[in-house]
Amino acid sequence: MSTNTWQEQAQRVAHNVRRRVLELTIERNGCYLSQTLSSAEILAVLYTKALDLGPSQAPALPPHFPGVPGQQGVGHGLGAAYNGPQAPDLDRLLISPAHYAVAIYATLVEVGRMSPQGLKQFNTDGSSVEMIGAEHSPGFELTTGSFGQALSQAGGIAMARRLRGETGRVFVFMSDGEFEEGQTWEAVQALAFYKLDNVVVVADVNGQQVDGLTKDVMNIEPIDARIEAFGGRAVEVDGHDVDALADAIANTEHREKPLFVLAQTNTTEGIPYLDERKPHLHFVRFKSDEEMARYQAFLDQM
Amino acid sequence: MELLNRVHENNLVRWAADKPEVVVFSGDLTGSTEIGLFKKTYPDRFFSMGMAEQNMLSWAGGMAREGFTPFLHTFAVFLYRRPLDQLSMSVAYPNLRVRLFGFLPGVSTPGGVTHQAIDDIAILRGIPNLRIFEVGDATDVETLLDVIQDVDGPVYVRMLRGQIPRLFPRSEPLQFDRARIIGTGTDVTLLSSGLCTEEAMRATEVLRRRGVSVAHLHVSTLKPFTDPTIVEAVSKPKFGVITMENHNVIGGLGTCVAEVMAEHGIGKKLTRIGLQDTYAHGASFPYLMSKYGLDAMALVRRVEELLDTRLNVTEDDLSSVRLQEAASLSVSQLEAL
Repeated sequence: MSTNTWQEQAQRVAHNVRRRVLELTIERNGCYLSQTLSSAEILAVLYTKALDLGPSQAPALPPHFPGVPGQQGVGHGLGAAYNGPQAPDLDRLLISPAHYAVAIYATLVEVGRMSPQGLKQFNTDGSSVEMIGAEHSPGFELTTGSFGQALSQAGGIAMARRLRGETGRVFVFMSDGEFEEGQTWEAVQALAFYKLDNVVVVADVNGQQVDGLTKDVMNIEPIDARIEAFGGRAVEVDGHDVDALADAIANTEHREKPLFVLAQTNTTEGIPYLDERKPHLHFVRFKSDEEMARYQAFLDQM
Repeated sequence: MELLNRVHENNLVRWAADKPEVVVFSGDLTGSTEIGLFKKTYPDRFFSMGMAEQNMLSWAGGMAREGFTPFLHTFAVFLYRRPLDQLSMSVAYPNLRVRLFGFLPGVSTPGGVTHQAIDDIAILRGIPNLRIFEVGDATDVETLLDVIQDVDGPVYVRMLRGQIPRLFPRSEPLQFDRARIIGTGTDVTLLSSGLCTEEAMRATEVLRRRGVSVAHLHVSTLKPFTDPTIVEAVSKPKFGVITMENHNVIGGLGTCVAEVMAEHGIGKKLTRIGLQDTYAHGASFPYLMSKYGLDAMALVRRVEELLDTRLNVTEDDLSSVRLQEAASLSVSQLEAL
């Protein structure tokens, strides 16, 4: 099995995540497809290589929405259980842009933490596999559909873990648009102030948001220089190169500083047909039967 | 009337001694929110979060998820106006043990409109999972912490600092969702909260001397608001019910009471004393209480309207039963803003 390297495994996961989400996009005629295409390798590397997680503690087929925390005895932790147990030496993964939910779910399927049937529940009434995930949704430890709040919560979690002497790291998956939010910079400032080097952020810098290209909607570049100026450590990598991603996460020196891996990505990676729609890709819906047939044909040969 | 200084400052340090999970966050107002002694006594449990309230609220949610109980200290306005989304999504939705201590509520700050939390109860009552309290004296301050320790979810408190009176015996602690009965009577039922209770007590004394029978309740739990003592008290008066609060009359104590009366089919007149849907401005507390009709004389006038009578009460009558020198309060409120 020497040919089954982790790189091949990660690339296979990324490919299959794209395939599953394109299939869902056609089936439902609409999905957060571009986010999946830009983040597939990031999520694949996190789950197959970078993160130290235990086995899933949750049912492979996600249970229905259990109710909100604080009522009828519902606690939090259902979504996080898909990422394994919480233990002092294990890592944690916090998903910040909840609109990436479908990509998270598809990745969980590909790494064996959720059943393929679970993805079929996506955005159906009563399901916990919601379109924009919350903390009952598979893979979600936090409720982060309002952007920019996960990084601060990660700070609290990382501070608590440091106070307890835990060795596990706190990973945050972010989107680049969140660097427009003021709270993000309050969080970077505080993470740097408290020297929380147990925080590792991996950001999908795909340069797009709802209204168009990020540089045209509200410029955030140079993100790396801004982060460094705020006291963090930032490194840019090719977000579709699994080796580069894993290397940046594992080997970037960031003593006493939070690490930000800025993964430069493409919102149409793997499905070049979508280029014609750039930069309006926030929610992909096909406009005609002909167009849908074209994507179906593409899916069939994936 | 006993006046006490820095009640929360000393009480918190004593109370938290055997509670290592309690951590204190300061929003750059350590001296102004009486947590300097905590910082000095337990430096490892004190965290300076700077002027970055959005981050502070979410950060607190993160720590609470890990089993710590963050006690956030800043002015009331800065806990809910700017970081409302963070309060809702990072703290209240996950039902986390985060304690929000909001100082200088309502017009008790001379800091002007930007510093005056006049709509906090109105806004926060609509947030599920959140419990809301307001303290009115030293005993409330000292005994509140034991009450909220039993609340397995987030708590917001309209807090008092500096020199504050002891209106209620130390042996009678604040009770969850139970009003304190200060006086009984049959003509009017008066419900007051926070600093308005002391102000109301100046008037009720004089009103009783003028032959008006006033039932007076001090309310410290604003959410939940299901106290049977209150239901009973508002169903009885001959002339009507009056609420008195250091808050907009929309969405605060007066609204809580109106809801209870409507739900129980209690058909009494309700007079709501408070800010009449207006912002205020920067001035001393006694001046603002008088200007916006929140003081003892305003209460007398509203009782006169309800009873359709003249009671011939003068400012001198009310001053003679003044429980606290207004000047001392003003001085203590002038500490760092």
